[in-house]
Amino acid sequence: MTTRMFGEPVLRREDPRLLTGQGRYLDDLGPRALAAAFVRSPHASARIRDIDVSGALDVEGLVAVYTWEDLPEQVGAPLPLLIPHPALTHGRTAYPLARDLVRHVGEPVVMVVARDRYLAEDACALIRVDYEVLKPVVGVEEAAHGGLLVHADVPGNAGAHLVQEVPSAAGLGAGEAIGRAPHELSFRLDIERSASMPLEGRGVYARWDADDRSLRVYSSTQTSTSVRMAIAARLGLPLPSVEVIAPDVGGGFGVKIVHPWPEEVLVPWAAILLGQEVKWTEDRREHFISAAHERGQVHFVRVGFDDEGRVLGLDVTILHDHGAYTPYGIIVPIITATQLLGPYRIGAYRVEFTSIYTNTVQVTPYRGAGRPQAVFCMERTMDHIAAHLGLDRTAVRAANLIQPDEFPYDQGLIFQDGRPLIYDSGDYPESLRMIKELIGWDGFPAVRAAAEAQGRRLGIGIGCYVEGTGVGPYEGGHVQVTSDGRVHVSTGLTSQGQGHETAFAQIAAAELGVPLERISVVTGDTRRFGYAVGTFASRAAVMSGNAIALACRKVRAKALRIAADALEADPGDLEISEGVVRVAGSPGASIPLATVATLANPLRYAFDEQAARATQFAATPAMDRPPVAEGEEPGLEGRDYYSPIRSTFASGMHAAIVETDPETAEIKILRYAVVHDCGKLINPMIVEGQIHGGVAQGVGGALYERMVYDSHGQLLNASFMDFLMPYATEIPHVETAHLETPSPLNPLGIKGAGEAGVIPVSAVIASAIEDAEGIVIDRMPISPSDLFHLRATR
Amino acid sequence: MKPPPFDYHAPRDLGSALSALAEAGTDGKVLAGGQSLIPMLNMRLAAPGHLIDINRLAGLDTVTAGPDGVRVGALARHSRVERSAEVAAAQPLLRQALRQVAHPVIRNRGTVVGSLVHADPAAELPAVLALLGGSVRLARAGERERDVAAGEFFTGPLESAAEPGDLAVSAFFPASPPRSGTAFRELARRHGDYALAGVAAVVSLGEAGEVVRARVACIGVGAVPIVVDVTSAGRPGDWAAAARAVQDRVEPEDDIHATAGYRRHLVGVLAERALGEAAREAADA
Ligand SMILES: Cc1cc2nc3c(=O)[nH]c(=O)nc-3n(C[C@H](O)[C@H](O)[C@H](O)COP(=O)(O)OP(=O)(O)OC[C@H]3O[C@@H](n4cnc5c(N)ncnc54)[C@H](O)[C@@H]3O)c2cc1C
Repeated sequence: MTTRMFGEPVLRREDPRLLTGQGRYLDDLGPRALAAAFVRSPHASARIRDIDVSGALDVEGLVAVYTWEDLPEQVGAPLPLLIPHPALTHGRTAYPLARDLVRHVGEPVVMVVARDRYLAEDACALIRVDYEVLKPVVGVEEAAHGGLLVHADVPGNAGAHLVQEVPSAAGLGAGEAIGRAPHELSFRLDIERSASMPLEGRGVYARWDADDRSLRVYSSTQTSTSVRMAIAARLGLPLPSVEVIAPDVGGGFGVKIVHPWPEEVLVPWAAILLGQEVKWTEDRREHFISAAHERGQVHFVRVGFDDEGRVLGLDVTILHDHGAYTPYGIIVPIITATQLLGPYRIGAYRVEFTSIYTNTVQVTPYRGAGRPQAVFCMERTMDHIAAHLGLDRTAVRAANLIQPDEFPYDQGLIFQDGRPLIYDSGDYPESLRMIKELIGWDGFPAVRAAAEAQGRRLGIGIGCYVEGTGVGPYEGGHVQVTSDGRVHVSTGLTSQGQGHETAFAQIAAAELGVPLERISVVTGDTRRFGYAVGTFASRAAVMSGNAIALACRKVRAKALRIAADALEADPGDLEISEGVVRVAGSPGASIPLATVATLANPLRYAFDEQAARATQFAATPAMDRPPVAEGEEPGLEGRDYYSPIRSTFASGMHAAIVETDPETAEIKILRYAVVHDCGKLINPMIVEGQIHGGVAQGVGGALYERMVYDSHGQLLNASFMDFLMPYATEIPHVETAHLETPSPLNPLGIKGAGEAGVIPVSAVIASAIEDAEGIVIDRMPISPSDLFHLRATR
Repeated sequence: MKPPPFDYHAPRDLGSALSALAEAGTDGKVLAGGQSLIPMLNMRLAAPGHLIDINRLAGLDTVTAGPDGVRVGALARHSRVERSAEVAAAQPLLRQALRQVAHPVIRNRGTVVGSLVHADPAAELPAVLALLGGSVRLARAGERERDVAAGEFFTGPLESAAEPGDLAVSAFFPASPPRSGTAFRELARRHGDYALAGVAAVVSLGEAGEVVRARVACIGVGAVPIVVDVTSAGRPGDWAAAARAVQDRVEPEDDIHATAGYRRHLVGVLAERALGEAAREAADA
């Protein structure tokens, strides 16, 4: 029992199922459903002149073809702008099927439903769309000039413009502080596009029950509750008649928090209209050209600092490439702008971003969500300062760190949740000490020299970050103990492989004193829990973890009340372990939770022996009060919610040693080290797994992945053959160490860990390559070919 | 990503395979390991009306290694050829190359002969066949089998001398003369990917250790494997001049993964490394 509680590296309970092919992913469901497929725009910018579907009508097995004209008003209306913001003055979203204009390659134009996907694709191939091809807007700088427009009514292609300013303690603005600083530098930094790219794409499967007029939808989503509300609203159905379930989901990484996708509206609509089950499973090319991308940003940095490298003023101007639409608002650039300062105390700060439309796939958060760009800016800045002053890079960082006694530390900014950005806890100097020790920072010159003697070229790099996690508004948990002694936990947010079934069960086991084996966890099923926000922003453990803990505490208190009655003891003298309530210190006096659950639900009918114990003639009831006491409810269950005052801030530092081949310009990561602080650890093994996966995605972003658009707005590498997501063979062993500074904001003292691993990787690798090569690295990712050409400019 | 409709044929003997191919003509395609063809079908980049699956044909999976070289049947998978000790003894370059072809699971299905017919300009095996001066044996309904020399077999990117109606039944990789060494060096962005550029080398030394013959074949830097004889430029222990000669001969192009300039540079580095390694192996032989 003691080995199966909070903080233990319990093996993931979902793994046997997921690793032996027993998972139930979207496409495993509904084998007899009709299949949907889409005709998508082959052009980045075009006007639809005519759609001729007649060719498709001969395809045997064709069931239906829909264009925008066929959609009822609510179904065909533009998709919602999910997160409005005053600075997003020109937010634009797409129609579920293109109405007259297409604004990126991949935009859906016609929906086809057929007996199977093969036939649906055959039919798609026979539909002729007549386009008037327009010149597309590609490249964020090109777009910012505003010569050509993505949306005719958005001048300069600028969807949003936001400035945040934090003056120095002496009241100086950033410009003035930089002007007065002993040293000043300015430079430009670029990060290219990548994407969440879950191995399972999106997918929707809808079943209409004509008898009781209810709809069940399965979606590979990060938010089933919100998809449900969106579908009910769009299709005009009463909310209680709609159920949405996220089955096993093969990765989300951000892209599946966007909703409702066109397909999430159209597939249920068609299922109702046709009175038949309909399913759409996204294929890889569709995912590349019609889901979402992220990361593409250009940053202009100006910094003023003193002789110790302390930053006195920082001014950052950001061009954010938003793609064709803004369904998720401006969350990504807001996060870049507000998380840029990392673990540092900065004199004065000014940040400005403009969010620019281009004729490319829309941009929405991808794991890290603007932070990899932010950290790239700040950490490259630290390295530039160190190089300018001839100081050790870690010394410059140390000079700027917020000290442990300065918490809570208010950065003076408004975060992505609309609340003040106040760091709740942390120990950054200790983190720096640990990462230097783990990677062997101080001993590196000797390592480098030894390698050099063999003709090898090594470099070391470091990167630090602070990550706001666990954003609100809330999550809930429901915990029910049934009369067989089992504990059923449910929460509304969804799982994409993070290990929630294990981590949430550990929390419940610890709170309730019940063996882990007796606890089951359900997530993302609106039949079980209807109120939720979703899984994103490293929030599941913080939000649902705490909500479940609070719900368990309610259940525990109730169990103790009932048990105290039965045992004629004081509730304060009771404890629960191994699923049994005992009077502390008197071994004989105990009652299993199963029995408590039975007693909690007074019955008239005995359907089994256990139930018989709760029936009206079985016990000697107190005649002076009703069977269900006042203020109580039947059943041993509890529901509670956790709604934080603001986000909690996790942090970490990464370091790497890379080797560059002097001849081939190959780049190899020899060592990768991570010090990570996410407050109290529920399960250190799961946290490490999250870090490993995050680092792997970070390595992808640093060395392999880019979205290559040509001047016509065609994505040239829309397949796994040419979009170089790294294999396991490209990922170094990740050495980790944990630091635990509990969050004072929530009952469990935890912080989010889901995105952390990915955040500083580009900054770290750039730092290390720069160190190895002596060439300034100011854009990522970098390939051997890029490095070869950079060397030529040296 | 579902293939367009096609008729599927699964003949059990060579004769019916050849007649099915003959009947289908330009509308037919051979399906071997499927590791290149199936993705092309699914992406609708190819739309043959008839697929002739040769996987059930008897007798095409033989691999025979002898003093002359190695003959590989059309159904011999990459992995089998890679692991065969006899093959490695007869012509070590095959194993050296195959280890860099894709990933183990793909090598378990993909065939050596299929790879030759597919003729991807970045594929390893066409370079091996070209370098060694091997040949591909083609069968056709109503005609005698014929051997096509590597030099004539690779005609362009994804183009070979195997015409519609032809079935490649085997390929022959000659052994190298005594006191020879081989090497295959390449650089791929990720393990198992098609290479940005690669160089296969064979070096044969004389009694006194002098270079008798040195040749390379380059991949990823031209429409077909580019074979360069560097015998005159090569000296044991110094292949820099030879590498420059190779660089001058290749015709790389820019793509999204690397520039032409980088590829040309890379071919030089890889050629020098491969020739040096082959020469050392030859000296030890
Ligand atoms: C992820 C991935 C990575 C890969 N990486 C590499 C790599 O690094 N290097 C490399 O060389 N290859 C690579 N490949 C390709 C792999 O080696 C293929 O197996 C090979 O190119 C084709 O062999 P196959 O048996 O699968 O042929 P198929 O896919 O079945 O056929 C390919 C083509 O050849 C024709 N064909 C096949 N056999 C015959 C025959 N006997 N007679 C006439 N025509 C025939 C087919 O009609 C078709 O046009 C990779 C494949 C994948 C999926």
